[in-house]
Amino acid sequence: MGDVLVLAEHRDGHFPKTTLVGINAGLEMARKQGGNCLAVALGDNLDGLLADLARYGTAKVIGLEDARLVHPMADAVAQAVAALVKKIGIQTVMATATAMAKDVMPRIAARLDAPMASEIIAINDDGSLVRPMYAGNVLATIELEGPVRVVTVRSTAFDAAAVSDKPAPIEKLKAELDPSNLKMEFVAFNQTKSDRPQLTEARIVVSGGRGLRSGENFKTVLEPLVDELGAAMGASRAAVDAGFVPNDLQVGQTGKVVAPELYVAVGISGAIQHLAGMKDSKTIVAINKDEEAPIFSVADFGLVADLFKAVPEMTEELKKLKH
Amino acid sequence: MKILVPIKRVPDPATTIRVLPDGSGIATDNIKWVINPFDEIALEEALRIKERQGAGDVVLVSIGQQSWQEQLRTGLAMGADRAILVKAEQPVDTFAVARILAKIVADEKPELVIIGKQAIDDDSNQVGQILAELLGWPQATFASKIEIADGRCTVIREADGGLETVAFTLPAVITTDLRLNEPRYASLPGIMKARKKPLKEIAVDTLGLDLHPRVKIKAMKAPQKRQAGRKLSSVQELVQALHTEAKVI
Repeated sequence: MGDVLVLAEHRDGHFPKTTLVGINAGLEMARKQGGNCLAVALGDNLDGLLADLARYGTAKVIGLEDARLVHPMADAVAQAVAALVKKIGIQTVMATATAMAKDVMPRIAARLDAPMASEIIAINDDGSLVRPMYAGNVLATIELEGPVRVVTVRSTAFDAAAVSDKPAPIEKLKAELDPSNLKMEFVAFNQTKSDRPQLTEARIVVSGGRGLRSGENFKTVLEPLVDELGAAMGASRAAVDAGFVPNDLQVGQTGKVVAPELYVAVGISGAIQHLAGMKDSKTIVAINKDEEAPIFSVADFGLVADLFKAVPEMTEELKKLKH
Repeated sequence: MKILVPIKRVPDPATTIRVLPDGSGIATDNIKWVINPFDEIALEEALRIKERQGAGDVVLVSIGQQSWQEQLRTGLAMGADRAILVKAEQPVDTFAVARILAKIVADEKPELVIIGKQAIDDDSNQVGQILAELLGWPQATFASKIEIADGRCTVIREADGGLETVAFTLPAVITTDLRLNEPRYASLPGIMKARKKPLKEIAVDTLGLDLHPRVKIKAMKAPQKRQAGRKLSSVQELVQALHTEAKVI
């Protein structure tokens, strides 16, 4: 007992950094619990993916195969994973808190009758966990009571698992699915087309706020800077609310949490809920014309300026730097 | 169609939250309490579905102390038909909340439960999903568009990297994301009418449920504050600082 099972999410035929973060947190949890860390991937025809997953230092990787798991619906995933957990005896089921994990992990917890902690940022030696509450204004130390528990981890709080020189053994199992309990139907996935890095993986993130004033200005003013820096683009909740950009660019308490090496906040006032999503970034730059804006209280470098002048100027300066 | 909308009382999002010196909780004096913003979106959506269909019953439910009536009255003023307050003096964890809601669903038999994707106090994002599994119902989390026709529901949901469309037959649980709608304000006639709308109270221990909390908060503390850096006077200076000092570009 004491074993950990990490749900290894894959997309477009590979495991994104967020999955490797989950594996690393799972390895740490297993060490502290005195058990092994296993990883499970769901889908169909998983051979190539499982061989890749086996490289990251877990004691074993398991493939749960079924054609009905290619577009994983929460009810199907919960059934398949809970059945596996019961079969092999797992103490902690883990995943990185992506949109997918947020959807399925509570459902897995419910099926296992297990308590769950969302988005932990640390694992203490005594088994207690640390998680932010109230938009990151409170760090709570919590304990989960019971033989089985479910935990999601914040992607910025742990490093990605490193490649190990000893590949893990691979086991493939048929997923246990009861057709009468599969009530959700996948219709379509409409992928946002972008050549930019993913928000949660990027080394540099440039975010825009209400100060940009329109979706058009995101394109003409902000995007040239984003691309000059090879950055991912983010946005404040206010900009999403105003309809300037899609919701999956939202950085903050109710959007994505990022901690890149460089975070550039443009025309963002710095509401508590936005700071919750970016204040662990290594270097923070704020460009805002209001010198009282709270964003300056967390910025390493602040520039009080009209963004419509400063941003194009910065893009030009960066071009010069390259030459 | 009968729609159940669970709502939670939370501190106003603009409130500064302070941890008590002994780490036992947060300071609750001077807090303005509001309906959790995502639950407000859930209520708005329920009202719109009722308005589109020309008939229906929108039932609010909340779990907490007597004072939580205030938020239920606000919801009634927005347009909900009636409300249920499950009175609980002790704090309840996410699983206990889902168990209570499952019991209310068994009694009320709604065809749809719409609930906020997360409460902005504990930020757990669990209750809707746990409830769906306890009921054996389909779920659509993080909804940005809901269409219902002939008992069939199609939902566009916010996923990583794009929008996913799922479909199912009702009953179901849907959790709301930001772009689903913009909640209305309570009108003055709405506020007057709300006073006369039914608000039923149920004592939590009469439900006969195991609500023993299994997520235990041992201590709370404030995170370390990030120090403000310095203000620069020009774009050139900023780019230089990032290049030579921070070495990030």
